[in-house]
Amino acid sequence: MKRNPLITRALSRNETYLLGILIGLVAVVSLINPRFLTGRNAFQILRSAAFTGILSVGFLVVLLAGGLDISFTANATVGQYVMALLLASHPETPILVAILVPVAIGILLGAFNALLIHKLNAPSIIIAISNLNIYYGVLQMLSGGSWIYDFPDWFRRLGRGVLFHLRDENGATYGPAYITLIWLFVALVTALLLRRTKIGRRLYAMGGNLEAAKRAGLNIFGLRIFAYAFLGLCAGVAGLVQALNTQTVAPNALVGREFDVVAAVVLGGADIFGGAGTVGGTLLGVMLITVITNALTILRVPAFWHQVIIGAVVLGSIAVTSVRTMLARGKERTIDVR
Amino acid sequence: MFANLLATYRRWATRNNDLVALPWLIVVVITIMTVATGGRFVRATNLANLLAQMPELGLLSLAMMVAMITAGIDLSIISSANLSAVVMALFLTHVVPPSAGGIVAVLSVVAAIAIGITVSIVLGAVNGYLVGYVEVPAVLTTLGTMILYEGVTLAITRGFVVAGLPEPFLVLGNARIVGIPVQMLIFIAAATVVALILKRRPYGVQLYFVGSNPTATEFSGVDVRKVLLRTYVVSAVLAGVAAIVMLARFNSANARQGSSLLLSTVLICMLGGTDPFGGFGKVSGVVMALIVLQMVTSGLNLIGVRSFATVALWGVMLIGVIAYRYVQHRRWERSGKRQRSATSPSVDPRQEES
Repeated sequence: MKRNPLITRALSRNETYLLGILIGLVAVVSLINPRFLTGRNAFQILRSAAFTGILSVGFLVVLLAGGLDISFTANATVGQYVMALLLASHPETPILVAILVPVAIGILLGAFNALLIHKLNAPSIIIAISNLNIYYGVLQMLSGGSWIYDFPDWFRRLGRGVLFHLRDENGATYGPAYITLIWLFVALVTALLLRRTKIGRRLYAMGGNLEAAKRAGLNIFGLRIFAYAFLGLCAGVAGLVQALNTQTVAPNALVGREFDVVAAVVLGGADIFGGAGTVGGTLLGVMLITVITNALTILRVPAFWHQVIIGAVVLGSIAVTSVRTMLARGKERTIDVR
Repeated sequence: MFANLLATYRRWATRNNDLVALPWLIVVVITIMTVATGGRFVRATNLANLLAQMPELGLLSLAMMVAMITAGIDLSIISSANLSAVVMALFLTHVVPPSAGGIVAVLSVVAAIAIGITVSIVLGAVNGYLVGYVEVPAVLTTLGTMILYEGVTLAITRGFVVAGLPEPFLVLGNARIVGIPVQMLIFIAAATVVALILKRRPYGVQLYFVGSNPTATEFSGVDVRKVLLRTYVVSAVLAGVAAIVMLARFNSANARQGSSLLLSTVLICMLGGTDPFGGFGKVSGVVMALIVLQMVTSGLNLIGVRSFATVALWGVMLIGVIAYRYVQHRRWERSGKRQRSATSPSVDPRQEES
């Protein structure tokens, strides 16, 4: 029997299954509670997914390059806090400068992580844990834990703003938020970077086989700096987006949000050993995590159960990825005889 | 006599050249802290506090060390300790009638400990099964179980604190035997057992082999999966013992107790000469590093440094230790004093997996 090549290709892709699961999940939850499947809730989900979504594409770049860095929430917090301090004391700061502050801080801190990991030849997780604590500790110490609320008018408008207005049956308006658009823009840029540029292909090569990449003459140090700095950039943007969304900045608001990001990227089918992963899969992973969280709230599952469910979903998907890698490798074993 | 001691020290120093700085570091820290606190540091009350606070961090550091020796890491130790502590606390406060006295009370404490350790074994087996048999990287496994176990604890307690434990249990974290806190005796016993297992038992030797080169170990007939499974069980049991001590000392348990200790355990392991790429790590090094770190904490506390500053300082210290070890290894390589090419920078095959 001859099959349509398009279908064969679709069936071989991880994203197809993810999309299926997502649609199935939405259908089930909507049947239980019709309030779930409304335009308003859909845009609300897209708005609340932006923060995790932006961090996830950044984390994907580091993961597929063969690294692991969970200090990005601390990084985002430092960026947004400095920006908030600037806006609170100098409300007349030009918009562009205010936006560039967290981005620049993110890039610098990300590159610093890469520098330590590469130059000291240390496991990336240990550098990440220590930098996470340094950034949070210093910020808590200097800020005294105080929250910042005073933002200029444009900041409020940008945070609440939507591209166009839709009206539901009660006459309330809703629409696609600017925040969501920022997320989709970052995702698009990342997808182009990974698929269409030399540096993107080299990141995959490095994550797939570091030794081969070295022997092919790739600049490992430069690629690492790029990957971690890119995650830093995303952390900066995510910090900005989170501040726009909540209109408050607190030094401890993002503690513990790392796991949603790791969960989304792993669910999205990125290879936990590096070398594979797509922006499309990651976007679906983010949507899955956000829809699950949103559905748990709408179905009135007590909040303390959320963490158990998310944790179980992620452990399960990590295990499945790992088993698949194991099966793909089959009985083949390699011995390093250098 | 003195010459003998000196000779013993020399022999120890040449064999443990990555630990040789630690005894001196202890002396330096004592001196600096005594001067900085105007003598308050060496008063009896402070030294007693030191002894009372050290065991829980020590037990957790040993739990981290065994995982690190296999080139892994166990990020779930704090979460699994809290889950085990909450189960024990719920058993003692809800199942055992508060009027129970005498032999019933003692038996219920024994039963609670048995339940707590069983919970730890199960949690450790989940980690070990995923790392060993499903071949999930240890970082991701334990990051996942860290969240999962904390979630289960939150769900069980609904976010509340379980407190008010019976008197016979509190003995384990508050009483003293000939002036030494009971929990210190528990720690000494646990450290001795771990040291003996690592040095004398086949499993201990296999642990180092797996950390150095898992493929070669497998081809020499060792069941690597089983070794990994057992390692994460050992790690969780040590965390479970830490849970007993913490529960008794604080007279309460909750889902997020001691989450800042994770960084400290990594720092202690690295300072104590444990190699995060596997194959190296000793109980003696970890114990000395523990003493250094606990003294610095206590001294800073006396001086009045805020806790957030301490956390940031631990991070800086950890990076400092990593840098120090890196420079040290480079020096050894150049002088050819010690063959550690397996962990040398730039040609490390295991870096691909990190």
